[in-house]
Amino acid sequence: MKKEVLLEVKDVKKVFPLSTSWFAEKKYVRAVDGVSFTINKGETFGLVGESGCGKSTTGRLVNGLIKVDEGEVNYKGNDLANISEKEWKKYRKPMQMIFQDPYASLSPRMKIKDILMEPLTIHFPKMSSSEKQSIVKELLGKCGISEYHLEKYPHEFSGGQRQRIGIARSLILKPELIIADEPVSALDVSIQSQILNLMKDLQEEYELTYLFISHDLSVVEHISDRVGVMYLGSLVEVASKQAIFKEPKHPYTKALLSSIPQPDPKVKREQIVLQGDIPSASNPPAGCKFHTRCPLAMDICKKEVAQLQQVAEDQQVACHLY
Amino acid sequence: MSDVQTEIMPEGAVSMKEGKLSNFWKDFRKKKPALISFYFIILLFIITLIGPYIVPYDPAAPDYNKVLESPSLQHLFGTDSFGRDILSRLAVGARISLTVSISAVLLGALVGTFLGLISGFFGKWVDRAIMRVCDVLFAFPDLILAIGIVAILGPGLKNVVIAVAFFSIPSFARIVRSATLETKEMLFVEATRSIGASNKRMIWKHIFPETVPTIIVYFTMKVGTAILAAASLSFLGLGAEPSSPDWGAMLSNSRDYIDSSFHLVFFPGLIIFLTVLAFNLLGDGLRDVLDPKTKD
Repeated sequence: MKKEVLLEVKDVKKVFPLSTSWFAEKKYVRAVDGVSFTINKGETFGLVGESGCGKSTTGRLVNGLIKVDEGEVNYKGNDLANISEKEWKKYRKPMQMIFQDPYASLSPRMKIKDILMEPLTIHFPKMSSSEKQSIVKELLGKCGISEYHLEKYPHEFSGGQRQRIGIARSLILKPELIIADEPVSALDVSIQSQILNLMKDLQEEYELTYLFISHDLSVVEHISDRVGVMYLGSLVEVASKQAIFKEPKHPYTKALLSSIPQPDPKVKREQIVLQGDIPSASNPPAGCKFHTRCPLAMDICKKEVAQLQQVAEDQQVACHLY
Repeated sequence: MSDVQTEIMPEGAVSMKEGKLSNFWKDFRKKKPALISFYFIILLFIITLIGPYIVPYDPAAPDYNKVLESPSLQHLFGTDSFGRDILSRLAVGARISLTVSISAVLLGALVGTFLGLISGFFGKWVDRAIMRVCDVLFAFPDLILAIGIVAILGPGLKNVVIAVAFFSIPSFARIVRSATLETKEMLFVEATRSIGASNKRMIWKHIFPETVPTIIVYFTMKVGTAILAAASLSFLGLGAEPSSPDWGAMLSNSRDYIDSSFHLVFFPGLIIFLTVLAFNLLGDGLRDVLDPKTKD
């Protein structure tokens, strides 16, 4: 069965200047350094990696909150990388975002009602207030928040409830693609599963496609269909969930997976502990960026960058071992 | 999927406005100097409104039998060189001082807030241009700038308002700009952008409300400065007409008698001092409650 590609990210790059002074030596952080992946309609693509590896930046590049330096972001075949803010408005409807920090992502001085009605006000200026309210109420109910909360302000809610409100806001415009930037990492574990299940339910009901960004592998395993592993601004492995979690190929993926705590202490397992820190993105190592910490590094790794290549059906790895 | 948490506090329907206001009042009441200042300012406002109807003497009517009388039971604050009751004149003059200073600061705050929002939000050359102009204005001492403006426009209360407003603009612009810069980076502003909000909507619906507490605090403090500036201009003969019961003009008229009739200078000076102090203390108190971050 041929799947319909919804989003195709092609060799996207983004550098941030470190100093803006005229006289200082120009230094850049290569936040995203040639990332490519595709997301099919209706699936969940998980993007994992350590803090600072560029996964959130990738998310923001996809929905244009940050401008792409190089590369293409194709949404349904239209390149969004170089369009103006005005043209973007058209895509702000089918593409929505859920943010990491539910305490900061809702305007503190607006009522829930106004926060949720705002997307409709922006995109359907002629819609009547009662019509907007009924849409808001329906979605809020689906997200597990009762109607009588509409008149309240964000600070009157718990983190989990706020994230539900954030999810409701992202659904108001009936989007196709939702970029979820660490939607559960600010929440308690018990609330995390509720939110993840809610996202799954909503995905079925509204045929949503998720770009799910997280540093938590167990969360990604729970929700994703396909997974991309990022290290220092590049993807090192892209594969189906089964492949990643059963047969990880890249040494970094293996190390990440071995760091997931196991509930049973009797299970013997090989733990790969990476040595050293993640190198600075302003001065990344030459060759394969992972070679400084890779237990299997070879000579070629120091010289040549490994490109993503197909090693199995629906599994791509950027490593010289394959 | 029913969430246990959503069912907590079904009676939490306490209106947010009420809750916030009562919270504010609870905190504010603990600031004694600010509270006393607040009551003093309320009193001043009441006097401003009903003063002219309750004063014991006509503030403009001279009484040549009672020239330069010291404070007594009949004339609590004494009389001036025309025999006019000083208490009555001060009470009526409150209207001039408060109207001039508050309208001047309001005007300055309006323009300054607008410039600050634009400057902070758009950054780049817009920011640089606005801030450099503000720097130029900052380089002049407030009063000198005001004197210069009145000198150009001509004396009179209306021009005093313009002059005082003018030198309030850069400080409002700067303080609102910094609040804007801070708010702009917040996640909820980015979230609004991701749903397609226009710049105008982001500024007015999301960033501006966040800067309001800062503006209120600064406004209160600036009113004190403006009263002083307006009085100074009147003292110099650039503001109110010498015969009007403006506090600054009263001080100016009575400076010849500072040796013989001390009360003539003392009471207008005292009321200016107390009013400015009250606005500053109120501003301090409001800042502690509304905007604790900006505390030095």
